[in-house]
This record gives sequence, structure tokens and C-alpha cells, in this order.
Amino acid sequence: MRALRIIAGLATIVVVAAAAFVAYAWRSAIDPVEPPVQANIDRALVARGADLAAIGNCNVCHTAPGGQPFAGGLGIPTPFGTIYSTNITPDPENGIGHWSEAAFIRAMREGVDREGRHLYPAFPYDHYTLVSNEDNRAIYAFLMTRKAVSARIPANELSFPFNIRMLLAGWKALYFREGPFQPDPNRSAELNRGYYLTEGLSHCGACHTPRNRLGAEKKGEYLAGAEVENWTVYPINANSPAPVPWNADSLAIYLRHGWHEQHGASRGSMAPVTANLGSVPEEDVKAIAAYVADVMGTPNQERISRGEAALAAARKESETPLAVRTAANGNGVGEAIFVSACQGCHDGRRPVPFGGLNLHLSSAVNAANAQNIINVTLFGLPAARGEPSAIMPAYRGVLNADQLVALLDYMRKRFSDKPAWTDTRERVVATMNGQREVPIYRMDGTTQAPPETSMRTAPWP
Amino acid sequence: MAVTLTVNGKTQQVDADPETPLLYVLRDHLELNGAKYGCGIGQCGACTVMVDGEAVLSCVTPVLLLEGRRVTTIEGLGTRERPGPIQQAFIDEQAAQCGYCIPGMMMRAQALLQANPSADEAAIRAALEPNLCRCGTHMRIIKAVMRAGEAMRQNSRGGGAI
Amino acid sequence: MTRSDVKNPTRRGVLAAGGSLVVSFAMLSQAFSQEGEVQGTAPPAQPKPKLPGSLSGDPFLDAWIRIDAGGEISVFTGKAELGQGVKTALIQIAAEELEVDPASIRLITADTDRTPDEGYTAGSQSIQNSGTAIRHAAAQVREILLAQAAARWQVPADQLRAENGRVIRADGQALDYGSLVSAEILHVEAAPQSRLKPRDRFRIMGKPMPRVDIPAKVTGTPIYVQDMRLPGMVHARVVRPPRPGATLMDVDTATVERMPGIVTIVRNGSFLAVVAEREFQAIRAMRVLASSARWSEGARLPSPDSLIQSLKTMPSEQGVVAEKKGGGAPGSRTFQATFTRPYQIHGSIGPSCAVAHLENGTTTVWSHTQGAYPDRAAISEMLGIPPEQVRVIHVEGSGCYGHNGADDAAADAALIAQAVPGRPVRLQWMREQEHAWEPYGPAMLTEVRASLDQTGKIVEWNYDLWSNTHTTRPGPAGSLIAARSLPTPFEAPPAKLSITPSGNGDRNAVPLYAIPNMRVIWHFLPEMPLRVSALRALGAYANVFAIESAMDELALMADADPVEFRLRHLEDPRARAVIESAAEGFGWSRDPLPEGRGRGFAFARYKNLAAYLAMALELTVERESGRTRITRVTAAIDSGEVVNPDGIRNQTEGGIIQSASWTLYEAVTFEETGITSIDWASYPIMRFGAVPDKIDVRIMDRPGQPFLGTGEAAQGPTPAAIANAIRNATGKRLYDIPFRAEKVKAAIGV
Repeated sequence: MRALRIIAGLATIVVVAAAAFVAYAWRSAIDPVEPPVQANIDRALVARGADLAAIGNCNVCHTAPGGQPFAGGLGIPTPFGTIYSTNITPDPENGIGHWSEAAFIRAMREGVDREGRHLYPAFPYDHYTLVSNEDNRAIYAFLMTRKAVSARIPANELSFPFNIRMLLAGWKALYFREGPFQPDPNRSAELNRGYYLTEGLSHCGACHTPRNRLGAEKKGEYLAGAEVENWTVYPINANSPAPVPWNADSLAIYLRHGWHEQHGASRGSMAPVTANLGSVPEEDVKAIAAYVADVMGTPNQERISRGEAALAAARKESETPLAVRTAANGNGVGEAIFVSACQGCHDGRRPVPFGGLNLHLSSAVNAANAQNIINVTLFGLPAARGEPSAIMPAYRGVLNADQLVALLDYMRKRFSDKPAWTDTRERVVATMNGQREVPIYRMDGTTQAPPETSMRTAPWP
Repeated sequence: MAVTLTVNGKTQQVDADPETPLLYVLRDHLELNGAKYGCGIGQCGACTVMVDGEAVLSCVTPVLLLEGRRVTTIEGLGTRERPGPIQQAFIDEQAAQCGYCIPGMMMRAQALLQANPSADEAAIRAALEPNLCRCGTHMRIIKAVMRAGEAMRQNSRGGGAI
Repeated sequence: MTRSDVKNPTRRGVLAAGGSLVVSFAMLSQAFSQEGEVQGTAPPAQPKPKLPGSLSGDPFLDAWIRIDAGGEISVFTGKAELGQGVKTALIQIAAEELEVDPASIRLITADTDRTPDEGYTAGSQSIQNSGTAIRHAAAQVREILLAQAAARWQVPADQLRAENGRVIRADGQALDYGSLVSAEILHVEAAPQSRLKPRDRFRIMGKPMPRVDIPAKVTGTPIYVQDMRLPGMVHARVVRPPRPGATLMDVDTATVERMPGIVTIVRNGSFLAVVAEREFQAIRAMRVLASSARWSEGARLPSPDSLIQSLKTMPSEQGVVAEKKGGGAPGSRTFQATFTRPYQIHGSIGPSCAVAHLENGTTTVWSHTQGAYPDRAAISEMLGIPPEQVRVIHVEGSGCYGHNGADDAAADAALIAQAVPGRPVRLQWMREQEHAWEPYGPAMLTEVRASLDQTGKIVEWNYDLWSNTHTTRPGPAGSLIAARSLPTPFEAPPAKLSITPSGNGDRNAVPLYAIPNMRVIWHFLPEMPLRVSALRALGAYANVFAIESAMDELALMADADPVEFRLRHLEDPRARAVIESAAEGFGWSRDPLPEGRGRGFAFARYKNLAAYLAMALELTVERESGRTRITRVTAAIDSGEVVNPDGIRNQTEGGIIQSASWTLYEAVTFEETGITSIDWASYPIMRFGAVPDKIDVRIMDRPGQPFLGTGEAAQGPTPAAIANAIRNATGKRLYDIPFRAEKVKAAIGV
């Protein structure tokens, strides 16, 4: 009997706790509204919203390959399953046409949809919560003036228990701190603005900060680099692998134009980000750059010297007349491949964006692993659509794993003073056999053109 | 330096620097004309050939990578007298103007259809994206590849080899 | 030399030259130019009486058609196959009138030792000029053969018929053509009139015939100049300066000479090239040579900022293209706008190539030039030798679409060949050389001011265009890069303003519409900040873009349907017919389309005297990115009597896609220090993903009408139809080509 009582007691506790949790987790629905009449929306507000939406990269996740802008349906792989981005066009049935401004602001601020359901943090409300109501209103005005697309999105494919949205309240209790952003009076206005944009709308940390097992950003490893969709995301803190240290100016140029002569071209999942930043107010890009440069900190003398050495090496190669190469002179296969297949473009004689970067300046060669070079070597950089852009041919039809490993080892040895990579073969094999699935992005974004609405594409054969 | 290459089923020694791009070995040493020089940096696809069934840009592929691999050029797909299915399809659709890009188009299409015999128009357009045509023959090229796919499917249904 | 030539040497001089026979014809060899394409060249003196097509320049029948005793038929044309399918069409014409199987005809194309001089293969005039000549020559040859047979059989010729290479008598007896020809019977001047076959008896013309060149092209048969391999041939590459006018100060040749396979290095003034046994050896040596070459600064290019806008302020000479005062009520509403097009490239997929061989004092050049004879003149002038010591033979190359690097590459090869006598030299440009050094289609700026009267008709049309010449083709050596690089450089001849019926920069500057008051001025710009020459359609591209964009705006102003508005101003029934056909085939209507989609219409008669073409197209504009994609196109074309309908269709589809690529994406970019658009990364063109879903070409057959040419008819209407469709889709008018996504997005806003 005692045991029964204990069980009953425990059950009561569980029920009460569950009820308490439900009560805690419960969010009410916000009443549907008729979609606002587009013509009545203030055009200036829409224009500001367009810039903010670009800074927020809404289009990148909310557009599926071949789909319409903001109509959602992009599958986002997570360790818990695939989450499909939602349709955020004003379509009443499939989009957010029935969402009031208050519902939209609540979603941005609290990660709860109009009907009161908790949203998965694939939607980065842990960042968007910092966005001011004023900016949210502008983004809402922008989205509500988009073309309504009646595209139904697939249901998420999540395993138990991750498919129970209620549990997200627990996740939020653990990891989510509601905004909005409070400026730090000890920072300059530009740095405050930079912090607001970088941490808020731009949600740079969503990719650049590593995540824990429950998918939350590790606060202790702020902007310390990660791996997203099998692209290596570089640290953009003091551990940046860039041979020439970044500064606010070079970051601003890179973020705005998608390339910098000392750092190369933006590609992979960064390509749509820089494409978006090409069209927004320059002060905003500069603010982001200033903030990120501040996070990176002033480089020490050793970093400065390394950068100068890399620049000098690159300059020397571009200025010295080409060495006469005779028949293969006993070099390893890695060098032979590099010299015959890579050097033609990467010999530094044609500047970026349209020439290959001299690899003395490459972050990829100096990164913690070879993944990004593996990706671009196997899949290439597909040309942008109808705009000037870097193009790199794909080598996956011809390089075998041994050859690619030899090439990567050679590049690391020649262009970096860091120790040899240790996991190159595993990465090469897993990428070649598709175990590591790599989304390929077109090179749109090297000009200031507005973004490709979906840069995810099939790799060039 | 000699490199051993297997091209269109024939294995031969070629006296070329191993760093030489396959394109020049095909044209200059083996006197094959299908692969064309277009840009030399992998941007246009005129030099496309197949290596072990995959479309490869021969202008940026050093021959040293090709020991033991099977290289196929359009000369290996058929002859004027006995054109292969893809060649016949390009003739039937009159899918050429100047024709300079066409061999590269055919090789990429061949690789696609070998891997995916039921490739539809969208797949064909996507596959041909790396290859440029300046005469504007695109509509006919797409039709020819679709026709070739149909012919190959019929052949394989009839038990014939591709 | 081929069998039939050896068998049939004729009385004309036969020169033995180094083992090959060179037959020199008794030809009038008139270097007549394409109308309007060469500035300052007098029109050809007309021999009397006026003969059809190019027969007027070369009246002897056997300059065009020869039949040997074995019955083998050779047809000669001074035109060249450029991928436009002209060989097939000319064979169809000849076979039709000669009553032979097309497969039995051997067509010999442009060769300065063998074929008539028909100037350039340009301006969509091959069928018009050469086709007309061959048709009449073939018909007259057929009649001569019938007459021969009649004489032999002693029967009236009208009781005989020609069929399948034979003359057949009523009783079935037959004589082969070969048995009817004797040495001289075809060496007669053509008559002005021919007994052309009536259309109802056509077996070959007017029907699609598979292109004769395609089987070779899809099987890797060596047919391009790029594919030539002559015994003992060596490979060459040139090293170009960083920008035009830079002179070579110093170069380290010793290092390169030690590289494997090097035959020689050619340094002649600022002309620098390397010759090697193998092609890749030459390329490698070229790179090393280039890296050590030091050049003087040369001519700096203008600042790219607003160069096109500043065309208006450059020194210019005015040419009145049209002026008409027809009175009428003053205009009540006016449309005024400025349109521009940038410098654009031909962009052949295969960079220019030539093979040259100096042997026994004669330099033979195989080239994909559009003008074998003019190129010979230029090369011989550059080399300082008589034209007879240069032979230029056309061999197909990659499509050229106008004056690209072909002639320059031919000159490069000819010059290099002088350094390695006895060895054929194959030279090909690198991709970046083609992009940076080919002559571009000139940038243009145009201004339209047009007014409507109360009834919605155009009463006044003012049009000003600012443009360079669109032709700096050879003829003179100074047109060649190699000749300009010599120690005593040849100067490029100054460009001259000339107003001709078919036009140059002013091509199609005059609207074909019935407008009572009109003034059209070409502000001719003699200074050429960037090297320019003929690009498919010349000025018609920009002029039709401006005119047909303005027509749509005027139609809107008049609240009229754009198709009806055009018809309102057109009297020519053939013009009306293509417009009606395109509209009908497309399913034209003014019904609103879903958001982001638009329709556009455009029309022009090429050169105002050649083919009529109207097109309707539909496109989508992605509002968020500004990216445009053409979804479907219907074009209707009237190029006179149809020779090969599938050829017309192929050329028109291609013209539309190419012109759409120019319009949506293309612009040469440069800095003061040089050209920066030097590959397909920096100069994007249309790729498969952007190609329309569907292009329909409707052909208006005009039996018995003269051939009008096809190749360039679509280039002008396409940009206008696109701009009009963007206007329809977004409400925004675009004035400046190209319409890249960025520009469209900027126009439509958020």
C-alpha cells in the first residue's frame, strides 16, 4: 500500500508538474486578422523593412530551391531531424496573411507563432528577440507587401520527443533570454548599432557560434567557429584563421561586395549573406564590421607579422616571372596536381573577385580542417546567374580520394605554417560518398546585386 | 615522359608532360578533335569529355590524374557512318549552328543520360548549365538530349547496349 | 588541289606553286563591300547590263559552276560558312536549278585562289547575293546543257527535260551532264534573265534539308580551322600588351628559348609570339614570356564612369539619315527618352585561330575570316608583298557574329609564318585575348522625341544617335593588330561618316512607320576609345531597341494596344503580315497577367530593306531580386522566298537567344589601365537555366520574291520586346542595356 501511495504521490507530482509545465508553456493564440491592404502600407516603412529583412537574411531560409521568394519549404537539417522553413508571404492560407503585427512581433520576440505554438530555434528568435518593435514593424510591413504565394510547406520530420513543441518551453527556459536589445552606454554608437545588428537581425552567431547537444549556442565560445551543413564556419573572434588579420575596413568591404583582395570571395552559405548586404545602407554594414572587428580584437604583433609575411609571399609570387617548369621533377603528386590544375587561376596574377586567391592569403588553408577546400574542389563554384562572379570548375569527376588528400596535404604544407590536418581523409571520403551532404551555393553576391532568392542549387556536374 | 591513357577503349602511351591538360593530349598527341579549347579555365564546357562516365573539363585536368581511368570523347560515341544515339539525336534535331560547343554538350548529356536515363527537361537544363553556347542553339540542344534519352531508353528496353 | 580542278584546268593560267596548283580565274575581282559595312568605300561600279546578285561582280558562269567530264559538279561561292548554314542553303539552290541531287554537289567556299570575290560574309546577304548569283548561274547552265543536248540530238530543246544530272529525251534516251560539257561552254557571261524553275516544280528549295555540316560536327570530324593538322605544323601563341598602344620595351627570351619544344620566339617591334612543337608547350612558353615582358604605358582607356553618357559630348560629325516634313497637326503629347547600349563582345566560344604557311614565297593562310579577299589585301600590305603571294582560304571556325578576332589571328599567323618558312604555323588566341582584343560592338546613345496628334497617331519623330562606325574591317593593313605592332606601325585608317541605304551605326535608325514629319541624325563619333567593329546587326540592335521601346510608350499614351498601334502606322502588307502572325501565334492580348509576368512586342524590317520580323514574348520578373526570365517567344519572319525553312528557324531561334543574352546580361567592363571583362566570369552570358521554355518561329513563305536574308533580323526586335515586357510586368521602363537583376530591382524598388 505504501508503495502504491508513493506511486500515486509521484504520479500526482508528475501530473501537477506537467500541468504546471503546460501552464508555463501555454501561449494563447492571437486572433487572425484580414491581411492588410498593401496599398495602405507606408512605402518608407516598407523600404526600411526591405533593408532590415536583407540584414536578417529572411530570404535565405524562407525560400526553397526553385521556389518563390519567402514562400518557405527549404529543408533545414538539424541533429534532431529536418525542419522546413515556413511560408512568410501574406498568403492567408499558407503564409502569414492572417498574422497581425502583434503576432509577428511576438514570433520575433518570443518564438511563438500566431496560434500560440512554440517555434523551433531553427528560426533564430534567440537573436531576433533583440530586434526593436520599430524595426519589427518595418519588417512586417515589408513582408505584408510581398507577393502572396499559396505554397504549402511539408511537415517537419523530427523524431520523438523533439516533435513535441511544448517541450520547447523547456528549451527556452534553459537557453532563451528575451530582449529587446539594451545599448551599452560604454560603447560607441556605432558599436552599439553593430552589436544590435550582429547579435540581433543578422544572427551571425547562429552559424559562427558552436552549439551544444540541445542545439543552443555555447555562450562561452562566442563566434568561435562551427560547422554548418558541412561547411566550416570560421571563427570570427580572436581565433580567426585569416592570414592577414581582418579589420573593420576589410570586413566592411567583404560583407558589402562579397570579396576582399586579401581574403578572397564569399562562398558557401556565406554567399547569400554578403549578397544581401550588398543592397543595405552602408552605415549598417560598417557597423556590423566594426563590431565584429572589435570582437576579433586588435591583432598582436605575431598575428601582424604573419599577415605581412603572407602578403609578401603572395606578392612575390605575383611579381616574379613564372618559373620555367620542365617535365615533372620528382615532386609529389600533390604538388603536380596543384601546379597543373590549381595554379593557373590561384597564382595571384589575376586579382579577386574573378581570379583565384593566392592561397598564402586563404583562410581555408589555415582553417581547422580542410572541409571548405574539399567542398569547392569537388563541387566547384557555380557561376552566378547573369552577373559577373567567380567561377571554379568542379573536380569531383576526376580526382580520387588519394589524389585529393595529397593535394590538400600539399596545400596545407605550402601555404600555411599550421600543423598538418589530421582528419582530411575521413572528410574527403565522407564528402565524396555523400555521407557528408554539401549544399552548393551559386556565386551571386560578388556584385552589389540584390540577392539570389535561393542560392542553394545542385552542384555543377 | 610517357603517360598511359585509355581513350575510347584504346590504351596507349603518350609522350607528354604529366602536367599537360588532357585537352592538349587529346588534340595534339592523339589527334582527336571532339574536345575543343574554349577558355582553358573551366568556365565554358567546350572541352568536356567523360572520365569513367563522369563529365570532366579536359582543359583543367592534368593527364597525371588519368592513369587507369577510362576517357571517352565524342569520337568514342559513334562515327559519321554509324552515329551513336546522342549523335543521331543531334543530327535529327539539327542541333548545331557553328557547332563548336556541341561536342562538349553531347559529352555532358551522355554522362547525364548514362547516370539518369530518365532525366527530364529540368534535369537536362540543370546538367548543361556549365556549358556555354553562343549561337543560341539551346532549344535544339535540349530537344536533342531529350530525344537521345528516349532513344537510349528504347535501346535498353530492347536489350541493346548504350 | 582536287581531282576536278586537275582534270579541268581550262585555258586560264595554271600556276604550279610548290606542288600545289593555283588556278587563277579570269574574274573581275571586284572587292565590293557589303552595303553600309565599309565606310567610305564607293559602291561597286555596275557592269552592264545589271546581272542578278553577285553575278554583277563576276559574270562568267564558270566562276560559279563547273562540271567536269565525269559529271562532277563544283559550285563556287565567295561566301563562307559561319555556322549559319549557308552551305546547305546554297547547295539547295544550285541543286534545284541544276536538277541534280544535292549530294552530288561539291561546294567550294571563299578561297582567294578559287572562288569569286564576294567581299564579306556579312549583313545577312549571302543568300541575297551569292544565292541569287548561284541560282541564276545554275538555271543558265541547265539551259546551256539542254541546248547542247538539243543540238546533239537535233531536236527542239523544249522537248527535253533535265533530271537528276541528265538531259532526257521524250523517248527516254538520256545524256549525262558530263558528256555534254566541253571545255569552254560554261565560260560565258551570264545573261540578265534566267529561266528560273517555277515554284510548283521545286523538289529541294523551300523544304527543310538537313545541314550538310552537322554530321561532321557531331562526330569530331576535323572541319574547323582549330582542327587543322598539316605535316610539320608547329603551334604559336602571341603575347599581347596590357593595353592597346603599349610598346614592348624589354623581354627575357633566353629563359623561354631553353624551354622544351621551343622552335623560335618572334619579336618584331611590339609583336611578340612564341612557336613550339606542341600546343601546350607554346602556351606554357607564352605565359613565361608574358611574365617577363615590360611594356610602355600605351594609351590609357577612358574612365569607365559615365563613358556612355559622355558619348554625346565627344567630337562628332552630323549625318542626316532622314528628313521629312509632311505637315499635319502639331503633336499634342510627346514622349522623350534616352536609350543606351554598352560595348558588347562577339564572344565566340572558340577563340580565334588561323594556320599560315610560307612556302616558295607564297603565304597561305587558313582563316575563319568573313572576308577572304579583303583579308588577303590587308595581310599582303602588312607583309609588303603583292596580293598574289598571299592566298587566304576560308575554313570554318567557331561562330563569329561579325568582325571578331579572325582577321587579326590570320595576320598574327601570317606574320609568325614568315619566321618559320616551310613549316605551317597554327595560332590560336587564348580566351582572355579574345575577350580583351576582339573589336567590340560599339556603345551607343540614342534620343527619341516623338509626338502624337489628337487621333493617337504619330505626327513627329526626332531621333538622334551617337555612335562610332560599326566597321573597321580589313582591307587596309592598319585594321590588323599585328600590323599596328610592327616597328613601323600601320595606322588604322580614319573612320568616315557615310550614310547608305542599309546603314551602319544608323542601320534601322529610321522607323518604318508612316510618320509625316521625321528627322533622324547620326552624330558620328570618329574617335574610338575602345576598338570597335561589326557585331551582328550593327546599329540596328540599339536603334530598334529605342524605336520599338518608344512605340510602346506612345501606344500607352494613346491608350492603344501595342500591336494595333503599330499596325495603325504601317502600310506595307508584308510588315503587317508578320506582326499579325506573331500576335496570333502568341495569343496576344491586353488582358492582365498575374503579378510579375509581362508581355512585350516588337517589330522591325532589317535594314528597312531586308527581312521582316515581329516577335511577342512573355517573361517573369522576380520582384525580390529583379531577375528576369523569358518564358516564351513567338516570332514571325518574312525573309522572302524560303530556301531552307529549318535553317531560317535555327538562325532566328539563335538570334533571339543571343540578343536576349546581350540585353539581359552583357557589357564590356574596363578601367583606365585596361579591359577587365576578360573571361566568362567577368563577362557573363546566358546559360541554360535562363533559356526560354519555348521559342516558336513562324515563317512567311513568299514564293517568287527575292531572298532577303535571315541571320540578323531578330537582333533588334529582341531587346525592345524584352524591355516592353518588363514595362508590362513592372510598370517600369528600362532605357539602359543590360537589364541585369540589379538594374531591374533598382527600377522596381521594394
